[in-house]
Amino acid sequence: MPETQTGLQRALRHPLVWPVLALVVLLVVNVVAKPGFFDIRMQDGHLYGNLIDIVRNSAPVLLVALGMTLVIATRGIDLSVGAIAAISAAIACTRIVGAGDEGALTTAVMACTYALAVCIVLGAWNGFLVSVLGIQPIIATLVLMVAGRGISMAITDGQITTVHNTWFSDLATGYVLTLPIAFIIALGILALTAVLTRRTALGMLIEAVGINPEASRLAGVRSRTIIWTVYAFSGFCAGIAGLVIAANTNSVNANSLGLWIELDAILAVVIGGTSLAGGRFSLTGTLIGALFIATLARTVNNIGIPSELNYLFKAVVVIAVCLLQSPKARSAFRVRRSSGPGSPGSTAPALVKTGSAA
Amino acid sequence: MLKKTLIAATAITLSAFALTACGSDSDGGDDKASDAGGPITMGFAQVGAESGWRTANTKSIQDSAKDAGVDLKFTDAQGKQENQIQAIRSYIQQKVDVIAFSPVVETGWDAVLQEAKAANIPVILTDRAVDSKDTSLYKTFLGSDFVVEGQKAGQWVVDNAADADVNGDGKINVVQLEGTTGAAPAIDRGEGFADTIKADPSIKVVASQTGDFTRDGGKQVMESFLQSQDGIDVLFAQNDDMGLGAIEAIEAAGLTPGKDIKIITVDAVHDGMQALSDGKINFIVECSPLLGPQLMDVAEKVLAGDKVDPRILTKETTFNQEQATAALPDRQY
Repeated sequence: MPETQTGLQRALRHPLVWPVLALVVLLVVNVVAKPGFFDIRMQDGHLYGNLIDIVRNSAPVLLVALGMTLVIATRGIDLSVGAIAAISAAIACTRIVGAGDEGALTTAVMACTYALAVCIVLGAWNGFLVSVLGIQPIIATLVLMVAGRGISMAITDGQITTVHNTWFSDLATGYVLTLPIAFIIALGILALTAVLTRRTALGMLIEAVGINPEASRLAGVRSRTIIWTVYAFSGFCAGIAGLVIAANTNSVNANSLGLWIELDAILAVVIGGTSLAGGRFSLTGTLIGALFIATLARTVNNIGIPSELNYLFKAVVVIAVCLLQSPKARSAFRVRRSSGPGSPGSTAPALVKTGSAA
Repeated sequence: MLKKTLIAATAITLSAFALTACGSDSDGGDDKASDAGGPITMGFAQVGAESGWRTANTKSIQDSAKDAGVDLKFTDAQGKQENQIQAIRSYIQQKVDVIAFSPVVETGWDAVLQEAKAANIPVILTDRAVDSKDTSLYKTFLGSDFVVEGQKAGQWVVDNAADADVNGDGKINVVQLEGTTGAAPAIDRGEGFADTIKADPSIKVVASQTGDFTRDGGKQVMESFLQSQDGIDVLFAQNDDMGLGAIEAIEAAGLTPGKDIKIITVDAVHDGMQALSDGKINFIVECSPLLGPQLMDVAEKVLAGDKVDPRILTKETTFNQEQATAALPDRQY
């Protein structure tokens, strides 16, 4: 009996248990509401179903959240990602429309490359403000968050720009090996980030900067370069996300594209177990967080929450997940529960534990 | 020392402010005396540029202001009420002759409109109404009647009930893409539609969710409806853009928009009319954004002290597929 309990406790202590559990509960709620929720069929040579839609729609948030994860690991935050996504989409779409051959593959590739280059520069600008000028990240990136919308509006003249380029639209709606390209791109960036941070010392250096930038600098870590790099990477990720969102409807709406995606991304990162205080990060956690957010959006439609209650429903779910993840809240809940009828043997140690912790 | 400089600086700014204030006051007086002789200054607080419709609306107002010789101060609230309130406050401070705006949402305007009233600046609402008991807060409301638009859309379903029942099961299942929650067009179009389809008990709205008036929103919600609802016959999208997004979702599901699912939208922007002409949409209720000339006209009348109707409607029609093909070449927006 004690053996199994410690085994269970060890499993429960794994940081990814709670986000995974939350995701599973959300999926179960959907299946209970609509039993056909997991149905997947072939449609025009690719998979089609709720789950496929969820992974496809999670791609933009996942991309933004990947960049955000590294930024947050350095104890920073990037609020400008939504605006950068809008700029990226605006540049790509206006270039495609303005090109001589609108439908050509080269047009799409050139436009996207150009847009992403600009996004990296914008990210580097954020990094410059934070690392060289020493401005608080939340303020430094707020500048571009506000200005970026204006820039993207200026690029598109405030109009919705519609593009007709099948290569471009494949970014979001295309399929490779029956799977959505958007999600494959996001997974590719995830794998790349994982290799770069976990197979080299980069991940450790990022965490070192997040724990104590000054100490890591004295220890010989080039914290300035690292901070600069993570913001540029975040800009790059936001740029791809912008392209995917624009490709989804073959149009760019500078006002609404990527609006509030920074908050979704931060939420995905936090649900995934990365600490906002910096110093540690989990890329797998971020993947689960992004899937959770996409599933939550689908849940609202699937179980038919009325429009007026959308935000309330989402907020309640998010609060529940955050409480579930907080050890303090969990132990408080356990104490409360143990005062009711239950096996005294198992409740006593819990009481002792919280007592000694306090 | 520093304190003294500060006080002096404040005094200078204040007196300068007072002087300019006097200046524009007397201007206002002259205007009224000489019956709109000088150029009218109009502050316009736009909702944003959330759709093609809105940008056409913005362009119409800017162009007709230029034509009418009106000095237009224009702000874009980017879909946020607080930005719009801020813009209106700054117009009051600048002492413009007339304020016009399209409210982002229906409620919460009483305080700022009271301020405008206290400053003696007439307010004209365009395109969207406010939900306030005190109708003295604004001179007139120039715009479409969204309830009527919803009714026209609903009437089409009732009139074409036999056609609209795509799967022939005797029930017409309608899914609805709502606009931004709390916005007047979303509330009124939904109401007008719901009231009208009551005439035929076989027509039922089986699912309704907000798509925020955007293509992306419309597409994502429609994707979900296609999975969670069986036998959808009709889609009512409360604007063209959501309908256009939904068309992509319907095509991705292997269905033919306009045939397997009948689509009705509101607005009639260029991309929407193109889709209607291509047979992907079945019916569009027009909601004309070209109210600029009417707005300038009303503003001049209000400032000249003429009596204006508290409710002025924009001229609008509806389009079926043939009419869309005919109208498309001259479509301005």
